[in-house]
Amino acid sequence: MKFTWFHLMPWPYMPDDFRQKHRSVWVDLPNRMYEPERGHSVYHRYLDQLEFAESVGFDGIGVNEHHANAYGLMPSPNIMAATLTRRTSKAALVVLGNSIALYNPPLRVAEEFAMLDVLSGGRLVAGFPVGTSMDTNYAYGTIPALTREKYAEAHELIRKAWAADEPFAFNGRYTKLRYVNCWPKPIQRPAPPIFIPGGGSVETYDFCLDNTYSYSYLSYSGYLRAKLLMEGYWKRVAERKADESPYRAGFAQVICVADTDSEAERLYGPHVSYFYNRCLHVYPGFADAPGYRTIKTIQTGALSQFTQSGRDYPNMTWKDLTENRYVVAGSPETVRQQMEELIRSLRVGNIFCLLHVGDMPDDKVRHSTKLFAEKVMPHLRNLWPEWNNHDDRFWIHPMNERVELKVAAE
Amino acid sequence: MPAVRMKSRLITLKPSGMRIEVAEAGKGRDLLFLHGAGGHMLNDPLLAALATKYRVAAPLLPGYGRSDGEDGLRDMLDFTLHTLDAMAKLELEAPIVVGHSMGGMIAAEMAAIARTEVAKLCLLAPAGLWLDDHPVVDIFSKLPYELPALLFHDAEAGKKLMTAGGGDMNDPEFLKQFLVTNARRLGMAGKILFPIPDRGLAQRLHRVIAKTLIVWGQEDALIPPVYGEAFRKAIPGSKLVKVAKAGHAVGQERPDAVLKAIQAFF
Repeated sequence: MKFTWFHLMPWPYMPDDFRQKHRSVWVDLPNRMYEPERGHSVYHRYLDQLEFAESVGFDGIGVNEHHANAYGLMPSPNIMAATLTRRTSKAALVVLGNSIALYNPPLRVAEEFAMLDVLSGGRLVAGFPVGTSMDTNYAYGTIPALTREKYAEAHELIRKAWAADEPFAFNGRYTKLRYVNCWPKPIQRPAPPIFIPGGGSVETYDFCLDNTYSYSYLSYSGYLRAKLLMEGYWKRVAERKADESPYRAGFAQVICVADTDSEAERLYGPHVSYFYNRCLHVYPGFADAPGYRTIKTIQTGALSQFTQSGRDYPNMTWKDLTENRYVVAGSPETVRQQMEELIRSLRVGNIFCLLHVGDMPDDKVRHSTKLFAEKVMPHLRNLWPEWNNHDDRFWIHPMNERVELKVAAE
Repeated sequence: MPAVRMKSRLITLKPSGMRIEVAEAGKGRDLLFLHGAGGHMLNDPLLAALATKYRVAAPLLPGYGRSDGEDGLRDMLDFTLHTLDAMAKLELEAPIVVGHSMGGMIAAEMAAIARTEVAKLCLLAPAGLWLDDHPVVDIFSKLPYELPALLFHDAEAGKKLMTAGGGDMNDPEFLKQFLVTNARRLGMAGKILFPIPDRGLAQRLHRVIAKTLIVWGQEDALIPPVYGEAFRKAIPGSKLVKVAKAGHAVGQERPDAVLKAIQAFF
């Protein structure tokens, strides 16, 4: 198993009456609510937590991209990952990822990911999400029905740019470049491992299989509700006669660990509530711009987590959320049991652990993280013995001898 | 007004080979009708009214009704040339080209590009311009229940028109069908309207030499009537008629008034 400690970096100061006062945490939430000087400490606290995660033994540390929202404050995850290259040395830097349809030219992503791979000595896991409709269409203005075509073209350009050893011309529909010449190039050849966050688009299954990319389902509704979707993925894997390496798939899970089950509720209950009721409070009109999802995907009934179940959250108690496994929470033994069930039932080799939740303060984040790393993770390490806890195709290949850093302050 | 039955058939366009649906009815002078982002309504009151005096042909864009081939149209020029192809295939004789909302945007582009082929132009609350001080409402982020009040002066009556013969939103199968239809239509419309319905029409409108009538509902809450003035100023010699007690769906809400304005002008 590979465990990535993943940070969403939410704004932790949304008021108690947030739901009543604002229709959406995304797109049209007035940014007067953001306080830059408080933001300074928020960012650094969050980066400290990611670095802490490496120190207690997580395989990866993760960041991602969102725009115009208080749910996740990383319009540029690459900036965050760049700071982490200097202060970490072992963990994979899982950037999950850059919304490649948004960049003009998308070559920018090839360049920045290459920079990160070189800076980190070959520790980059590159993610290529389509991006949520809120980010891609409403905040960044991409035409919904053309988003996927643009994405496919950007992907082609990036892969070609990394593979090439000499300048070439790229005559795309959306990007025309007479001289594509990616300086620097990534250390990992022909490309860093690539993870694709998917939300049930059937086309994405094939895209991952065609390119040997890992399919990552980033859901907040837990592993019980994810089963159907992941079964669809594994069915497709079997149909395509691909091997069934669990590392072809990953899942994001909100996790809270305490000494006992009741202690978990006491410690983390309010922060879980903050996350589900404020961070996920998305106006349904922004969740799924017409044309963003393909007709085929709508027909198979796979709807966005924001349209489908978001509305139930205000009425869900800690008991509802934990018993239905939206959140995996409790003592180390409780969490271990549930995580094992998750890993086996979804057949996943990658877990994106959401151990910072909502407005959780730093001491609780570290407490939960440490308990997970010390008392849960070791028991889950070898759930896929036939794969020896590793699949070379879906993990980083760091260079052997890296330069020693001279950090001025130390 | 006697009920007019629209008949629909599929035609194949040249040279694209695209198969599209066209609704037709009525006798008289030729009139080409181009629908807005929502497509035709069931039993569209405006088409019925126009068909009492004109031979109406109303093609549906790819993504609407039985017309497909939406992947072949991406930008404003594609939409414009496609609709000119449809007009050519229908072999209309000096038609009055009437376009509502998005259809008006396409009609105006056709008149700007094919100056002599479109000699009579009627724009019903057309999209296509943008005024910073009067932003057009973002129709794409609206939920279905919000639409009647945006489209109609009388929201209750509009709601009845929109859901006539419809189903129950609580029925998952109906909901799925609704989402698919909506995604197809508005996904297509988004190619020229999202996120801001300006694809450069303002710099081409001065080329229009067609005799042009502009009609606007005085209570238009989607594209405010101030845009009527902007279109009138931009198209040389055009005339603007404002219709009282009508919203954005001016033709559906006041079909007789719109028919009268068209008859009086052309």
